[in-house]
Amino acid sequence: MRPLPTYVAIAGLLLLAPIAIVIVLAFGDQSALKFPPDSYGLRWFTAFFADSRWQKALRSSLLVASLSCLISTALGFMAAYAMVRGRFGAKKLMLSMLLMPMIIPHVITAIAMYFVTAPLKLVGQPLWIALCHAVVSLPIVLLILLSSLQGVDVNLERAALSLGSSRLGMFRRVVIPLAWPGIVSAALFAFLASFDELVISLFLAGVRAETLPVRIWNSLHLQVEPIIAAVSAFLIGVTALVLLLDVTIRRSRQLMIKLPAGDAR
Amino acid sequence: MASKRAVADGSWLIAPALALLVLGFIGPMVLFFARTLISQGGLPELAALVTKVVTSEAVTTALIKTQWIALLVTLAVLLISYPLAYYMANRSGLKFTLVLFCIIVPYFTSIIVRTYAWMVLLGRNGLINQTLTSLGWITEPLELLYTETAVVIGMVYVLLPYMVLTLYAAMKSIDPSLMRAARGLGAGPFYVFRRVYFPLSLHGVISGSLIVFILAIGFFITPALMGGPSDVMIAMLIERAVEITLDWPGAAVMSLVLLAVTLALYAVYYRVTDVRRMMGA
Repeated sequence: MRPLPTYVAIAGLLLLAPIAIVIVLAFGDQSALKFPPDSYGLRWFTAFFADSRWQKALRSSLLVASLSCLISTALGFMAAYAMVRGRFGAKKLMLSMLLMPMIIPHVITAIAMYFVTAPLKLVGQPLWIALCHAVVSLPIVLLILLSSLQGVDVNLERAALSLGSSRLGMFRRVVIPLAWPGIVSAALFAFLASFDELVISLFLAGVRAETLPVRIWNSLHLQVEPIIAAVSAFLIGVTALVLLLDVTIRRSRQLMIKLPAGDAR
Repeated sequence: MASKRAVADGSWLIAPALALLVLGFIGPMVLFFARTLISQGGLPELAALVTKVVTSEAVTTALIKTQWIALLVTLAVLLISYPLAYYMANRSGLKFTLVLFCIIVPYFTSIIVRTYAWMVLLGRNGLINQTLTSLGWITEPLELLYTETAVVIGMVYVLLPYMVLTLYAAMKSIDPSLMRAARGLGAGPFYVFRRVYFPLSLHGVISGSLIVFILAIGFFITPALMGGPSDVMIAMLIERAVEITLDWPGAAVMSLVLLAVTLALYAVYYRVTDVRRMMGA
Protein backbone atom coordinates (compact mmCIF):
# COMPACT_ATOMS: atom_id res chain seq x y z
CA MET A 1 0.00 0.00 0.00
CA ARG A 2 1.26 3.45 -0.85
CA PRO A 3 1.69 5.46 2.35
CA LEU A 4 0.24 8.86 1.32
CA PRO A 5 -3.18 7.73 0.02
CA THR A 6 -3.53 5.40 3.03
CA TYR A 7 -2.73 8.23 5.42
CA VAL A 8 -5.17 10.57 3.66
CA ALA A 9 -7.93 7.95 3.75
CA ILE A 10 -7.46 7.35 7.49
CA ALA A 11 -7.23 11.07 8.28
CA GLY A 12 -10.32 11.80 6.20
CA LEU A 13 -12.31 9.12 8.00
CA LEU A 14 -11.14 10.36 11.40
CA LEU A 15 -12.25 13.88 10.48
CA LEU A 16 -15.74 12.74 9.56
CA ALA A 17 -16.10 10.05 12.25
CA PRO A 18 -17.03 12.27 15.22
CA ILE A 19 -19.78 13.97 13.22
CA ALA A 20 -21.03 10.70 11.75
CA ILE A 21 -21.12 9.08 15.21
CA VAL A 22 -23.19 11.95 16.65
CA ILE A 23 -25.71 11.53 13.82
CA VAL A 24 -25.97 7.77 14.40
CA LEU A 25 -26.32 8.25 18.18
CA ALA A 26 -29.13 10.75 17.62
CA PHE A 27 -31.16 8.02 15.97
CA GLY A 28 -30.60 5.62 18.87
CA ASP A 29 -33.63 4.50 20.84
CA GLN A 30 -32.18 3.89 24.32
CA SER A 31 -31.75 6.19 27.28
CA ALA A 32 -27.94 5.86 27.47
CA LEU A 33 -25.46 6.71 24.74
CA LYS A 34 -24.23 3.46 23.23
CA PHE A 35 -22.52 2.94 19.89
CA PRO A 36 -23.76 1.35 17.79
CA PRO A 37 -27.24 1.79 19.33
CA ASP A 38 -29.17 -1.47 20.05
CA SER A 39 -32.25 -0.11 18.31
CA TYR A 40 -33.05 2.92 16.22
CA GLY A 41 -35.87 5.42 16.41
CA LEU A 42 -36.81 9.07 16.51
CA ARG A 43 -37.24 9.14 20.30
CA TRP A 44 -34.69 11.94 20.93
CA PHE A 45 -35.83 14.03 18.00
CA THR A 46 -39.40 13.76 19.27
CA ALA A 47 -38.17 14.81 22.72
CA PHE A 48 -36.35 17.78 21.17
CA PHE A 49 -39.39 18.96 19.23
CA ALA A 50 -41.74 18.39 22.17
CA ASP A 51 -39.66 20.19 24.80
CA SER A 52 -40.83 23.80 25.08
CA ARG A 53 -37.47 25.11 26.34
CA TRP A 54 -35.56 23.58 23.42
CA GLN A 55 -38.21 24.92 21.03
CA LYS A 56 -37.91 28.39 22.51
CA ALA A 57 -34.14 28.18 22.02
CA LEU A 58 -34.64 27.09 18.41
CA ARG A 59 -36.98 30.05 17.75
CA SER A 60 -34.49 32.47 19.34
CA SER A 61 -31.68 31.05 17.22
CA LEU A 62 -33.70 31.35 14.02
CA LEU A 63 -34.84 34.91 14.80
CA VAL A 64 -31.39 36.17 15.77
CA ALA A 65 -29.66 34.42 12.83
CA SER A 66 -32.18 35.78 10.28
CA LEU A 67 -31.89 39.36 11.54
CA SER A 68 -28.12 39.09 11.76
CA CYS A 69 -27.90 37.65 8.26
CA LEU A 70 -29.95 40.56 6.83
CA ILE A 71 -27.87 43.18 8.63
CA SER A 72 -24.46 41.80 7.80
CA THR A 73 -25.27 40.95 4.16
CA ALA A 74 -26.71 44.42 3.48
CA LEU A 75 -23.90 46.31 5.20
CA GLY A 76 -21.27 43.90 3.86
CA PHE A 77 -22.50 44.36 0.29
CA MET A 78 -22.33 48.14 0.54
CA ALA A 79 -18.90 48.05 2.16
CA ALA A 80 -17.53 45.58 -0.40
CA TYR A 81 -18.83 47.76 -3.24
CA ALA A 82 -17.18 50.81 -1.73
CA MET A 83 -13.93 48.83 -1.34
CA VAL A 84 -13.97 47.66 -4.96
CA ARG A 85 -15.18 50.84 -6.70
CA GLY A 86 -14.49 53.61 -4.23
CA ARG A 87 -11.47 55.84 -4.44
CA PHE A 88 -10.34 56.66 -0.96
CA GLY A 89 -7.11 56.30 0.95
CA ALA A 90 -6.40 53.85 3.73
CA LYS A 91 -8.40 51.08 2.03
CA LYS A 92 -6.11 48.36 3.31
CA LEU A 93 -6.32 49.81 6.81
CA MET A 94 -10.14 49.94 6.65
CA LEU A 95 -10.30 46.36 5.44
CA SER A 96 -8.08 45.11 8.24
CA MET A 97 -10.21 47.09 10.72
CA LEU A 98 -13.37 45.44 9.42
CA LEU A 99 -11.66 42.03 9.57
CA MET A 100 -10.46 42.61 13.17
CA PRO A 101 -13.44 40.86 14.87
CA MET A 102 -12.32 37.64 13.18
CA ILE A 103 -8.91 37.80 14.87
CA ILE A 104 -9.65 39.25 18.32
CA PRO A 105 -10.53 36.41 20.72
CA HIS A 106 -14.32 36.20 20.89
CA VAL A 107 -14.21 36.17 24.69
CA ILE A 108 -12.78 39.70 24.72
CA THR A 109 -15.29 40.91 22.10
CA ALA A 110 -18.13 39.29 24.01
CA ILE A 111 -17.14 40.79 27.35
CA ALA A 112 -16.73 44.27 25.86
CA MET A 113 -20.19 43.93 24.29
CA TYR A 114 -21.62 42.68 27.57
CA PHE A 115 -20.05 45.65 29.36
CA VAL A 116 -22.21 48.09 27.37
CA THR A 117 -25.22 45.74 27.02
CA ALA A 118 -25.93 45.21 30.69
CA PRO A 119 -26.31 48.90 31.72
CA LEU A 120 -28.52 49.53 28.66
CA LYS A 121 -30.75 46.62 29.72
CA LEU A 122 -30.32 45.04 26.28
CA VAL A 123 -29.47 41.53 27.55
CA GLY A 124 -31.83 39.10 25.81
CA GLN A 125 -32.88 41.65 23.16
CA PRO A 126 -32.85 39.71 19.84
CA LEU A 127 -32.13 42.70 17.57
CA TRP A 128 -29.15 43.76 19.66
CA ILE A 129 -27.74 40.21 19.74
CA ALA A 130 -28.22 40.08 15.96
CA LEU A 131 -26.26 43.34 15.57
CA CYS A 132 -23.45 41.96 17.72
CA HIS A 133 -23.40 38.72 15.72
CA ALA A 134 -23.30 40.80 12.54
CA VAL A 135 -20.05 42.37 13.78
CA VAL A 136 -18.35 38.97 13.75
CA SER A 137 -20.00 37.68 10.56
CA LEU A 138 -19.28 40.88 8.60
CA PRO A 139 -15.66 39.82 7.85
CA ILE A 140 -16.89 36.58 6.20
CA VAL A 141 -19.51 38.44 4.14
CA LEU A 142 -16.95 41.04 3.15
CA LEU A 143 -14.37 38.48 1.99
CA ILE A 144 -16.93 36.61 -0.12
CA LEU A 145 -18.44 39.76 -1.67
CA LEU A 146 -15.09 41.42 -2.36
CA SER A 147 -14.10 38.57 -4.63
CA SER A 148 -17.56 38.39 -6.19
CA LEU A 149 -17.78 42.15 -6.91
CA GLN A 150 -14.30 42.17 -8.39
CA GLY A 151 -15.79 39.98 -11.10
CA VAL A 152 -18.37 42.62 -12.08
CA ASP A 153 -17.19 44.64 -15.09
CA VAL A 154 -17.19 48.37 -14.28
CA ASN A 155 -18.01 49.13 -17.94
CA LEU A 156 -21.44 47.54 -17.55
CA GLU A 157 -22.15 49.99 -14.73
CA ARG A 158 -20.93 52.89 -16.84
CA ALA A 159 -23.10 51.72 -19.73
CA ALA A 160 -26.19 51.53 -17.49
CA LEU A 161 -25.57 55.02 -16.13
CA SER A 162 -24.90 56.57 -19.55
CA LEU A 163 -28.07 54.96 -20.91
CA GLY A 164 -30.01 56.92 -18.35
CA SER A 165 -30.34 54.48 -15.45
CA SER A 166 -30.33 55.96 -11.97
CA ARG A 167 -27.69 54.84 -9.44
CA LEU A 168 -30.28 52.76 -7.64
CA GLY A 169 -31.53 51.28 -10.92
CA MET A 170 -27.97 50.37 -11.85
CA PHE A 171 -27.61 48.47 -8.59
CA ARG A 172 -30.98 46.77 -8.99
CA ARG A 173 -30.64 45.86 -12.66
CA VAL A 174 -26.87 45.37 -13.12
CA VAL A 175 -24.69 45.01 -10.03
CA ILE A 176 -26.95 42.89 -7.82
CA PRO A 177 -27.94 40.39 -10.55
CA LEU A 178 -24.29 39.94 -11.56
CA ALA A 179 -23.09 39.49 -7.99
CA TRP A 180 -26.14 37.42 -6.99
CA PRO A 181 -24.40 34.04 -6.38
CA GLY A 182 -21.86 35.78 -4.15
CA ILE A 183 -24.61 37.62 -2.29
CA VAL A 184 -26.52 34.40 -1.65
CA SER A 185 -23.34 32.66 -0.49
CA ALA A 186 -22.50 35.52 1.83
CA ALA A 187 -26.02 35.55 3.26
CA LEU A 188 -25.98 31.78 3.86
CA PHE A 189 -22.64 31.87 5.64
CA ALA A 190 -23.69 34.91 7.67
CA PHE A 191 -26.79 33.01 8.75
CA LEU A 192 -24.71 29.97 9.71
CA ALA A 193 -22.14 32.08 11.59
CA SER A 194 -24.86 33.56 13.78
CA PHE A 195 -26.86 30.34 14.11
CA ASP A 196 -23.77 28.54 15.47
CA GLU A 197 -22.32 31.42 17.49
CA LEU A 198 -21.82 30.61 21.15
CA VAL A 199 -19.47 32.91 23.05
CA ILE A 200 -21.24 36.22 22.36
CA SER A 201 -24.68 34.67 22.89
CA LEU A 202 -23.46 33.22 26.19
CA PHE A 203 -23.07 36.75 27.57
CA LEU A 204 -25.82 38.60 25.70
CA ALA A 205 -28.67 36.09 25.45
CA GLY A 206 -29.61 35.84 29.11
CA VAL A 207 -32.53 33.56 29.84
CA ARG A 208 -34.92 35.47 27.57
CA ALA A 209 -33.19 34.78 24.26
CA GLU A 210 -31.25 31.60 25.08
CA THR A 211 -30.11 30.24 21.68
CA LEU A 212 -29.59 26.58 20.74
CA PRO A 213 -25.78 26.62 21.20
CA VAL A 214 -26.21 28.32 24.60
CA ARG A 215 -28.78 25.73 25.63
CA ILE A 216 -26.40 22.92 24.57
CA TRP A 217 -23.60 24.60 26.53
CA ASN A 218 -25.76 24.81 29.64
CA SER A 219 -26.82 21.16 29.39
CA LEU A 220 -23.26 19.95 28.71
CA HIS A 221 -22.20 21.44 32.03
CA LEU A 222 -24.77 19.29 33.81
CA GLN A 223 -24.43 15.98 32.03
CA VAL A 224 -24.13 14.48 28.58
CA GLU A 225 -27.80 13.72 27.79
CA PRO A 226 -28.76 11.85 24.62
CA ILE A 227 -31.15 14.64 23.62
CA ILE A 228 -28.07 16.77 22.86
CA ALA A 229 -27.08 14.21 20.22
CA ALA A 230 -30.41 14.85 18.50
CA VAL A 231 -30.01 18.64 18.79
CA SER A 232 -26.45 18.34 17.44
CA ALA A 233 -27.64 16.20 14.56
CA PHE A 234 -30.25 18.86 13.86
CA LEU A 235 -27.56 21.58 13.80
CA ILE A 236 -25.40 19.41 11.51
CA GLY A 237 -28.46 19.02 9.27
CA VAL A 238 -28.90 22.81 9.09
CA THR A 239 -25.20 23.21 8.22
CA ALA A 240 -25.44 20.52 5.52
CA LEU A 241 -28.57 22.16 4.11
CA VAL A 242 -26.86 25.56 3.92
CA LEU A 243 -23.76 24.12 2.20
CA LEU A 244 -25.96 22.18 -0.22
CA LEU A 245 -28.04 25.29 -1.03
CA ASP A 246 -24.84 27.22 -1.68
CA VAL A 247 -23.53 24.61 -4.11
CA THR A 248 -26.90 24.24 -5.88
CA ILE A 249 -27.46 27.97 -6.31
CA ARG A 250 -24.00 28.49 -7.74
CA ARG A 251 -24.41 25.55 -10.10
CA SER A 252 -27.91 26.46 -11.35
CA ARG A 253 -26.63 29.97 -11.91
CA GLN A 254 -23.83 28.66 -14.10
CA LEU A 255 -26.36 26.55 -16.02
CA MET A 256 -28.59 29.56 -16.61
CA ILE A 257 -25.69 31.48 -18.09
CA LYS A 258 -24.68 28.56 -20.27
CA LEU A 259 -28.16 27.60 -21.51
CA PRO A 260 -28.87 30.38 -24.05
CA ALA A 261 -25.56 29.67 -25.79
CA GLY A 262 -26.50 25.99 -25.91
CA ASP A 263 -29.92 26.74 -27.42
CA ALA A 264 -28.45 28.90 -30.15
CA ARG A 265 -26.34 26.06 -31.46
CA MET B 1 -15.21 69.26 -2.65
CA ALA B 2 -14.14 65.89 -1.35
CA SER B 3 -17.65 64.86 -0.24
CA LYS B 4 -19.11 65.33 -3.73
CA ARG B 5 -16.48 63.06 -5.25
CA ALA B 6 -17.16 60.46 -2.52
CA VAL B 7 -20.87 60.41 -3.43
CA ALA B 8 -20.03 59.94 -7.07
CA ASP B 9 -17.89 56.82 -6.68
CA GLY B 10 -19.87 55.15 -3.91
CA SER B 11 -17.16 55.43 -1.25
CA TRP B 12 -19.74 56.51 1.31
CA LEU B 13 -21.31 53.04 1.09
CA ILE B 14 -18.66 51.86 3.51
CA ALA B 15 -20.14 54.13 6.20
CA PRO B 16 -22.91 51.80 7.49
CA ALA B 17 -20.44 48.94 8.00
CA LEU B 18 -18.07 51.27 9.84
CA ALA B 19 -20.99 52.51 11.94
CA LEU B 20 -21.81 48.92 12.91
CA LEU B 21 -18.17 48.32 13.78
CA VAL B 22 -18.09 51.42 15.99
CA LEU B 23 -21.44 50.62 17.62
CA GLY B 24 -20.86 46.93 18.25
CA PHE B 25 -17.09 46.52 18.47
CA ILE B 26 -14.79 49.53 18.73
CA GLY B 27 -17.14 51.49 20.99
CA PRO B 28 -17.74 48.66 23.49
CA MET B 29 -14.03 47.80 23.42
CA VAL B 30 -12.93 51.38 24.17
CA LEU B 31 -15.61 51.85 26.84
CA PHE B 32 -14.76 48.53 28.47
CA PHE B 33 -11.03 49.20 28.76
CA ALA B 34 -11.34 52.92 29.48
CA ARG B 35 -14.06 52.70 32.13
CA THR B 36 -12.63 49.71 34.01
CA LEU B 37 -9.02 50.85 33.92
CA ILE B 38 -9.55 54.61 34.45
CA SER B 39 -11.82 53.91 37.42
CA GLN B 40 -8.70 52.67 39.17
CA GLY B 41 -7.57 56.24 39.73
CA GLY B 42 -4.20 57.46 38.52
CA LEU B 43 -1.34 55.76 36.74
CA PRO B 44 0.36 54.43 39.89
CA GLU B 45 -2.84 52.62 40.93
CA LEU B 46 -3.22 51.25 37.41
CA ALA B 47 0.38 50.03 37.35
CA ALA B 48 -0.16 48.39 40.72
CA LEU B 49 -3.29 46.64 39.43
CA VAL B 50 -1.54 45.39 36.29
CA THR B 51 1.38 44.09 38.35
CA LYS B 52 -0.97 42.43 40.82
CA VAL B 53 -3.00 40.69 38.12
CA VAL B 54 -0.14 39.69 35.84
CA THR B 55 2.02 38.31 38.66
CA SER B 56 -0.83 36.47 40.42
CA GLU B 57 -0.37 32.73 40.43
CA ALA B 58 -3.62 31.97 38.62
CA VAL B 59 -2.77 34.27 35.73
CA THR B 60 0.87 33.22 35.29
CA THR B 61 -0.13 29.54 35.40
CA ALA B 62 -2.91 30.17 32.88
CA LEU B 63 -0.63 32.14 30.57
CA ILE B 64 1.98 29.37 30.56
CA LYS B 65 -0.71 26.73 30.09
CA THR B 66 -2.30 28.72 27.25
CA GLN B 67 0.95 29.04 25.33
CA TRP B 68 1.89 25.43 25.97
CA ILE B 69 -1.45 24.10 24.70
CA ALA B 70 -1.43 26.51 21.74
CA LEU B 71 2.07 25.32 20.84
CA LEU B 72 1.13 21.63 21.09
CA VAL B 73 -2.01 22.23 19.03
CA THR B 74 -0.14 24.20 16.35
CA LEU B 75 2.55 21.50 15.99
CA ALA B 76 0.00 18.67 15.89
CA VAL B 77 -2.19 20.50 13.38
CA LEU B 78 0.83 21.23 11.17
CA LEU B 79 2.05 17.62 11.18
CA ILE B 80 -1.43 16.24 10.43
CA SER B 81 -2.29 18.84 7.79
CA TYR B 82 0.89 18.92 5.71
CA PRO B 83 0.40 15.53 4.00
CA LEU B 84 -3.34 16.23 3.59
CA ALA B 85 -2.70 19.57 1.90
CA TYR B 86 0.04 18.00 -0.23
CA TYR B 87 -2.38 15.33 -1.40
CA MET B 88 -5.05 17.92 -2.22
CA ALA B 89 -2.60 20.12 -4.13
CA ASN B 90 -1.55 17.19 -6.31
CA ARG B 91 -4.91 15.59 -7.05
CA SER B 92 -7.94 16.71 -8.99
CA GLY B 93 -11.44 15.44 -9.64
CA LEU B 94 -13.16 13.04 -7.28
CA LYS B 95 -10.16 12.39 -5.01
CA PHE B 96 -9.69 16.10 -4.43
CA THR B 97 -13.40 16.67 -3.84
CA LEU B 98 -13.60 13.81 -1.33
CA VAL B 99 -10.73 15.14 0.78
CA LEU B 100 -12.12 18.68 0.55
CA PHE B 101 -15.48 17.31 1.75
CA CYS B 102 -13.80 15.72 4.80
CA ILE B 103 -12.21 19.09 5.65
CA ILE B 104 -15.20 21.35 4.87
CA VAL B 105 -17.90 19.42 6.75
CA PRO B 106 -16.21 19.73 10.16
CA TYR B 107 -15.10 23.31 9.30
CA PHE B 108 -18.68 24.50 8.99
CA THR B 109 -20.11 22.44 11.84
CA SER B 110 -20.79 24.41 15.01
CA ILE B 111 -17.85 24.39 17.46
CA ILE B 112 -20.11 23.30 20.29
CA VAL B 113 -21.26 20.28 18.24
CA ARG B 114 -17.68 19.33 17.36
CA THR B 115 -16.66 19.60 21.01
CA TYR B 116 -19.68 17.58 22.11
CA ALA B 117 -18.77 14.87 19.58
CA TRP B 118 -15.35 14.45 21.18
CA MET B 119 -16.85 14.49 24.67
CA VAL B 120 -19.04 11.57 23.62
CA LEU B 121 -16.02 9.73 22.25
CA LEU B 122 -13.63 10.38 25.14
CA GLY B 123 -15.99 10.31 28.15
CA ARG B 124 -15.67 7.85 31.04
CA ASN B 125 -18.55 5.88 29.59
CA GLY B 126 -17.66 7.14 26.15
CA LEU B 127 -17.34 5.18 22.96
CA ILE B 128 -13.59 4.64 23.15
CA ASN B 129 -13.82 3.24 26.69
CA GLN B 130 -16.87 1.13 25.75
CA THR B 131 -15.02 -0.34 22.77
CA LEU B 132 -11.80 -1.04 24.67
CA THR B 133 -13.73 -2.66 27.53
CA SER B 134 -15.81 -4.85 25.24
CA LEU B 135 -12.63 -5.94 23.47
CA GLY B 136 -11.26 -6.93 26.88
CA TRP B 137 -8.19 -4.70 26.51
CA ILE B 138 -8.95 -2.72 29.66
CA THR B 139 -10.92 -3.50 32.81
CA GLU B 140 -11.14 0.03 34.27
CA PRO B 141 -12.25 2.88 32.01
CA LEU B 142 -9.39 5.21 31.04
CA GLU B 143 -9.53 8.86 32.13
CA LEU B 144 -9.52 10.47 28.70
CA LEU B 145 -11.91 13.39 29.05
CA TYR B 146 -11.09 16.37 31.31
CA THR B 147 -7.38 16.07 30.57
CA GLU B 148 -4.88 18.21 28.69
CA THR B 149 -4.80 15.57 25.94
CA ALA B 150 -8.56 15.92 25.50
CA VAL B 151 -8.23 19.69 25.17
CA VAL B 152 -5.48 19.28 22.57
CA ILE B 153 -7.50 16.72 20.58
CA GLY B 154 -10.62 18.91 20.63
CA MET B 155 -8.72 22.03 19.58
CA VAL B 156 -6.78 20.21 16.85
CA TYR B 157 -10.11 19.05 15.43
CA VAL B 158 -11.51 22.59 15.37
CA LEU B 159 -8.40 24.30 13.99
CA LEU B 160 -7.21 21.75 11.43
CA PRO B 161 -9.22 23.16 8.47
CA TYR B 162 -7.57 26.61 8.77
CA MET B 163 -4.14 24.99 8.39
CA VAL B 164 -5.08 22.63 5.56
CA LEU B 165 -6.68 25.42 3.52
CA THR B 166 -3.71 27.77 4.06
CA LEU B 167 -1.15 25.08 3.19
CA TYR B 168 -3.20 24.03 0.17
CA ALA B 169 -3.21 27.59 -1.21
CA ALA B 170 0.58 27.82 -0.77
CA MET B 171 1.27 24.40 -2.32
CA LYS B 172 -1.05 24.99 -5.25
CA SER B 173 1.17 27.87 -6.37
CA ILE B 174 4.34 25.72 -6.44
CA ASP B 175 5.45 25.04 -10.02
CA PRO B 176 5.73 21.22 -10.41
CA SER B 177 8.35 21.57 -13.15
CA LEU B 178 10.82 22.72 -10.50
CA MET B 179 10.63 19.29 -8.84
CA ARG B 180 10.98 17.56 -12.19
CA ALA B 181 14.04 19.70 -12.94
CA ALA B 182 15.63 18.77 -9.60
CA ARG B 183 14.91 15.06 -10.21
CA GLY B 184 16.31 15.35 -13.73
CA LEU B 185 19.48 16.87 -12.33
CA GLY B 186 19.95 13.75 -10.20
CA ALA B 187 18.44 14.66 -6.81
CA GLY B 188 16.67 11.90 -4.85
CA PRO B 189 13.00 12.30 -3.85
CA PHE B 190 13.75 13.18 -0.23
CA TYR B 191 16.43 15.67 -1.25
CA VAL B 192 13.99 17.31 -3.68
CA PHE B 193 11.40 17.61 -0.91
CA ARG B 194 13.89 19.01 1.60
CA ARG B 195 15.63 21.48 -0.69
CA VAL B 196 12.93 22.45 -3.20
CA TYR B 197 9.34 21.62 -2.20
CA PHE B 198 9.44 22.31 1.53
CA PRO B 199 11.21 25.70 1.22
CA LEU B 200 8.64 26.74 -1.40
CA SER B 201 5.75 25.75 0.89
CA LEU B 202 7.37 27.46 3.90
CA HIS B 203 5.36 30.68 3.70
CA GLY B 204 2.19 28.58 3.92
CA VAL B 205 3.61 26.75 6.93
CA ILE B 206 4.37 30.07 8.63
CA SER B 207 1.00 31.68 7.79
CA GLY B 208 -0.92 28.56 8.81
CA SER B 209 0.99 28.14 12.08
CA LEU B 210 0.49 31.79 12.97
CA ILE B 211 -3.25 31.78 12.34
CA VAL B 212 -3.71 28.52 14.27
CA PHE B 213 -1.61 29.81 17.18
CA ILE B 214 -3.47 33.15 17.21
CA LEU B 215 -6.85 31.41 17.29
CA ALA B 216 -5.64 28.81 19.84
CA ILE B 217 -4.48 31.29 22.50
CA GLY B 218 -7.96 32.85 22.57
CA PHE B 219 -9.82 29.52 22.78
CA PHE B 220 -12.55 29.24 25.33
CA ILE B 221 -15.30 26.73 24.54
CA THR B 222 -13.22 23.59 23.97
CA PRO B 223 -10.89 23.90 26.99
CA ALA B 224 -13.80 24.93 29.22
CA LEU B 225 -15.76 21.79 28.31
CA MET B 226 -12.97 19.24 27.82
CA GLY B 227 -10.26 20.33 30.24
CA GLY B 228 -9.67 19.22 33.81
CA PRO B 229 -9.38 21.55 36.84
CA SER B 230 -5.72 22.30 36.00
CA ASP B 231 -6.33 23.02 32.30
CA VAL B 232 -7.35 26.64 32.72
CA MET B 233 -6.56 28.83 29.74
CA ILE B 234 -6.46 32.62 29.89
CA ALA B 235 -9.77 33.09 28.03
CA MET B 236 -11.46 30.94 30.68
CA LEU B 237 -10.01 33.07 33.48
CA ILE B 238 -11.35 36.19 31.76
CA GLU B 239 -14.82 34.67 31.49
CA ARG B 240 -14.76 33.58 35.14
CA ALA B 241 -13.62 37.03 36.28
CA VAL B 242 -16.72 38.53 34.66
CA GLU B 243 -19.29 35.81 35.30
CA ILE B 244 -18.30 34.46 38.71
CA THR B 245 -16.09 36.87 40.66
CA LEU B 246 -17.39 40.06 38.95
CA ASP B 247 -13.79 41.29 38.88
CA TRP B 248 -14.07 43.69 35.90
CA PRO B 249 -10.66 45.37 36.39
CA GLY B 250 -8.97 41.96 36.53
CA ALA B 251 -10.82 40.86 33.41
CA ALA B 252 -9.75 44.05 31.64
CA VAL B 253 -6.08 43.58 32.47
CA MET B 254 -6.10 39.93 31.37
CA SER B 255 -7.97 40.87 28.18
CA LEU B 256 -5.38 43.56 27.51
CA VAL B 257 -2.56 41.01 27.82
CA LEU B 258 -4.33 38.53 25.51
CA LEU B 259 -5.19 41.35 23.09
CA ALA B 260 -1.58 42.57 22.99
CA VAL B 261 -0.21 39.10 22.24
CA THR B 262 -2.90 38.50 19.60
CA LEU B 263 -2.31 41.83 17.86
CA ALA B 264 1.48 41.41 17.91
CA LEU B 265 1.18 37.99 16.26
CA TYR B 266 -1.44 39.33 13.85
CA ALA B 267 0.99 42.07 12.79
CA VAL B 268 3.49 39.37 11.84
CA TYR B 269 0.74 37.36 10.10
CA TYR B 270 -0.37 40.48 8.23
CA ARG B 271 3.13 40.95 6.83
CA VAL B 272 3.48 37.38 5.58
CA THR B 273 -0.08 36.83 4.26
CA ASP B 274 -2.46 38.46 1.86
CA VAL B 275 -5.39 39.21 4.21
CA ARG B 276 -7.89 38.76 1.42
CA ARG B 277 -6.90 35.11 1.16
CA MET B 278 -7.58 34.60 4.84
CA MET B 279 -9.82 31.66 5.77
CA GLY B 280 -9.56 30.22 2.28
CA ALA B 281 -11.93 32.86 0.91
